[in-house]
Amino acid sequence: MTAYRLLVNGAPVEVNVPGMRRLLDVLREDLGLTGTKEGCGEGECGACSVILDGQVVDACLVPICQVDGSVVRTVEGLARRRGARPAIADDLDDLQRAFLETGGAQCGICTPGMLMAARAYLDAGGGPDEDAIREAIAGNLCRCTGYTKIIEAIALAAGGVA
Amino acid sequence: MTIRIEPRRSSPVAPSPVAPDALIVPPGRIAPGRARVGPLRREGPAKLTGEAKYADDLVFPGAWFGATIRSTEAHARFVALDLDEAFDWNQVVVVTAADIPGENIVSLISDDQPILVPVGGEIQHHAEPLALLAAPDRATLRAAKAAVQVRTEKLDALFDPTASEHVFAHYELRKGELEAGFAAADVILEGTYRVGHQEQLYIENNAMIGVPREDGGVAVHGSLQCPYYVHKALKRALNLNDTQAQVVQAETGGGFGGKEEYPSIIGLHAALLALKCKKPVRMIYDRHEDLSATTKRHPAIVTHRTGMKKNGTLVAQDIEVVMDGGAYCTLTPVVLSRGAIHAGGPYRCPNVRIRARATRTNTPPNGAFRGFGAPQVEFAAETHLNRLAERMGLSPLEVRRRNVYQPGDETPTGQILRGSVAGEEVLERAAEAAEFERIRERTGRARAERAGSGTITMGPLLTTSARTATGIGLAMAWHGAGFTGSGEVKLASVASVELTSDARIRILTASTEMGQGTKTIFPQLVAKELGVSDDAVEIAPQDTAIVPDSGPTVASRTAMVVGGLLIKAARRLREIVEAETDGPFAETFDAFAAARGTLRIDERFEPYPGVEFDDETYRGDAYPAFGWAACVAEVDVDLDSGEVVVKDVVAVDDVGRVIHPVLAEGQVEGGTLQAIGYATIEEIKLQDGRYLNDRLATYIIPTSLDAPRITSILVEAPFDGAPHGAKGVGELPMDVGAPAVVAAIHDATDAWVTELPATPERIIAALTGTAEPAGEGEDTTRAIEKPVVDGTDPRPEAATDPQPFRAPVDPEDRT
Repeated sequence: MTAYRLLVNGAPVEVNVPGMRRLLDVLREDLGLTGTKEGCGEGECGACSVILDGQVVDACLVPICQVDGSVVRTVEGLARRRGARPAIADDLDDLQRAFLETGGAQCGICTPGMLMAARAYLDAGGGPDEDAIREAIAGNLCRCTGYTKIIEAIALAAGGVA
Repeated sequence: MTIRIEPRRSSPVAPSPVAPDALIVPPGRIAPGRARVGPLRREGPAKLTGEAKYADDLVFPGAWFGATIRSTEAHARFVALDLDEAFDWNQVVVVTAADIPGENIVSLISDDQPILVPVGGEIQHHAEPLALLAAPDRATLRAAKAAVQVRTEKLDALFDPTASEHVFAHYELRKGELEAGFAAADVILEGTYRVGHQEQLYIENNAMIGVPREDGGVAVHGSLQCPYYVHKALKRALNLNDTQAQVVQAETGGGFGGKEEYPSIIGLHAALLALKCKKPVRMIYDRHEDLSATTKRHPAIVTHRTGMKKNGTLVAQDIEVVMDGGAYCTLTPVVLSRGAIHAGGPYRCPNVRIRARATRTNTPPNGAFRGFGAPQVEFAAETHLNRLAERMGLSPLEVRRRNVYQPGDETPTGQILRGSVAGEEVLERAAEAAEFERIRERTGRARAERAGSGTITMGPLLTTSARTATGIGLAMAWHGAGFTGSGEVKLASVASVELTSDARIRILTASTEMGQGTKTIFPQLVAKELGVSDDAVEIAPQDTAIVPDSGPTVASRTAMVVGGLLIKAARRLREIVEAETDGPFAETFDAFAAARGTLRIDERFEPYPGVEFDDETYRGDAYPAFGWAACVAEVDVDLDSGEVVVKDVVAVDDVGRVIHPVLAEGQVEGGTLQAIGYATIEEIKLQDGRYLNDRLATYIIPTSLDAPRITSILVEAPFDGAPHGAKGVGELPMDVGAPAVVAAIHDATDAWVTELPATPERIIAALTGTAEPAGEGEDTTRAIEKPVVDGTDPRPEAATDPQPFRAPVDPEDRT
């Protein structure tokens, strides 16, 4: 067991865990941030995508010992902070709101990872270009939407119409 | 885009009247923010913030972790379970068949599948569950698994469904005189078409958590489509009453049919462990276990022999369908039944014989998957029709115009198609939106110029543009709405609307949300009927302790059947309230509730008027109505590598009535991409009955880079038997994408691929002429003299499913 410090969604956290514990498990089980999902555990589906020091990574492939001192952003860090009440549409950030309006989330299991990939794309200055959006989310599998409305949502959040 | 057409419209396609509230979006354009025309997805904020709790997100303090010990043989005798004496077994719990208090049966159609194979019993597939383990932590569980040895005696295994004599189900549909039909034909064409397994690949794996109840029963929380299927299975195997067995749906990360059958067995496993260790037990599959052990779409071999007149009309269809059921019956007879009824495609033909059978092989059971038997047979029917059209010199559009069902036509079960017949409408709309004939002319010219240039068959490597051939393909489909035959009548679903004493309006159904939008459209329907806002209507949780059995969430029946029940229940509630208060419901229900207390209206399914089906003869109205779909796909094919890129798809679907345009389009787009995956890349390779590509690294589905631009056009030909006219949307798009892609590959290359998926290997084989011929009659333009023979295909001894395949249970085991 070793102590690791991270900045998760703006809050400093310290966990005392084995160094090879997956970042995914630290988030989900040690920190209770279950918004990040596990779809395959081998870096194929992107359901566990988080933003690590500005880069999208699969949290299932990252051992905690590699990320001591890093800044991690998860789906829980997107919406405005609120109290204990359940989330409502008004809490959502522009990207989440665009997903809600265009129908970019269906079953919702790929959605947190998809949002983080899209957030990183937008934060890096990505625009409403369809091909660029397709490239940006190519590591995130969705089985419900055919991607059409996800691409539409990201383009909308990027300030344009695809 | 939504196009609304009038019911019972019989004139051929004229410009349709467009309702004032229909959405008009030019094809290929995206109009953001369209949800304004429907409410926002109700559980959307929870899903978008990570608050939504899927099974693996649920916390049960003190919960143990469960694991399944499986066979590694496809067919064997289970001789013994050896537990390593060096391991401390006191720290874990082991469950075997001997721990099952009730019947060792996973309750579905046939009683052939054991929950756990007992020692001495017969193992039927390589992933068959033999024993269960639970431990307080994952490390102990891993160690315990390693300390278990399974001893088996290998038996001969069978993997060829055509060679299997164990027939799960058999149907024969007949119409007209087949011999006379072939005699009248100017051209007869035969063809054999094959499709393989397809995995549902919901992104959330199967997951169930068993929690002991104080009354000696067990609650199961999990990822599932059909709470009452699991409930029934728990009661029977664990000897529980209705209350002791409780099933609660967690947020469900996709189902597509894949969480229709197996949540029962996985839920039973979690429950058995929980009851034995007296703690909650988490049975959360990882992707490898989910892929290797749970159901897939049935592989099928479909043979067509079809007669056509010179004028391009069908005159005889003789079709044989063989489906591979896998090791256990699951829902195979129902899948096969839908496959048989849809096998001819949406076309009028006076003389038809359809014979369909599903047999057992020593592979994991195949089961429900969006489309439910129809995608297999419709791929065959459409590809065969396109080949016939080519032979007759007709365009794919023209041959369909001449044969597509019109109102008043009769199907192979003798059903007269009355209202809501929109085949021609969807066909013309798709062809028009995709500019099918214009592009086809262009691709045909390019093909003719290329022919003989030496670039097609393994010539020298050329530039990308010279190597790439573009093609456009068209296909259509019909899909029976709701359960087949008398299914809905037998099910007798109940859905309820409740006005509580504190003036809340609640919807009570067991219909699950798994992405389609159940929790959004139900309040829409009820609110509209009551004259209140959508937000004023609540939805009760999908918990068998709270909601009635509104039937399984399958067969595209939720909006049509359960939605219809809710409208009727709301109507009754409104009438009762308004009769007493003498004012509009919206203004008076508060006062009514305060004065009268809780009022719950239960609405039970009543047969649709005039819809009758005879299960014995398989004649009558197989479905109350059909949905209609047409699809045009445009592809690029690399002539050297055989690689296919699906570029554009226009999908036109008639769903009766659109309740929520954004959600309905989402169904069309998602179903279309699953069909494109089925057509091009999704394939299971087997060796000795074991799936070789049982990981997400090797079973691949389309990414955003593989997905085409999809233009969805919704057509409304309302079904007048349902109060809102809806016919269902979920499965329809799955039926039609694959044959459109294969037709486009042919248009690009001149080569017919007759086996799905159309992999580069199969395309190269078709291009170079090394593929196996699709069937006899390939080069025959005159009728093949061949008598029509009856009864040569293997059938089950009894008309209904026999159940001799339960693993033998040693009575001693039960003590």
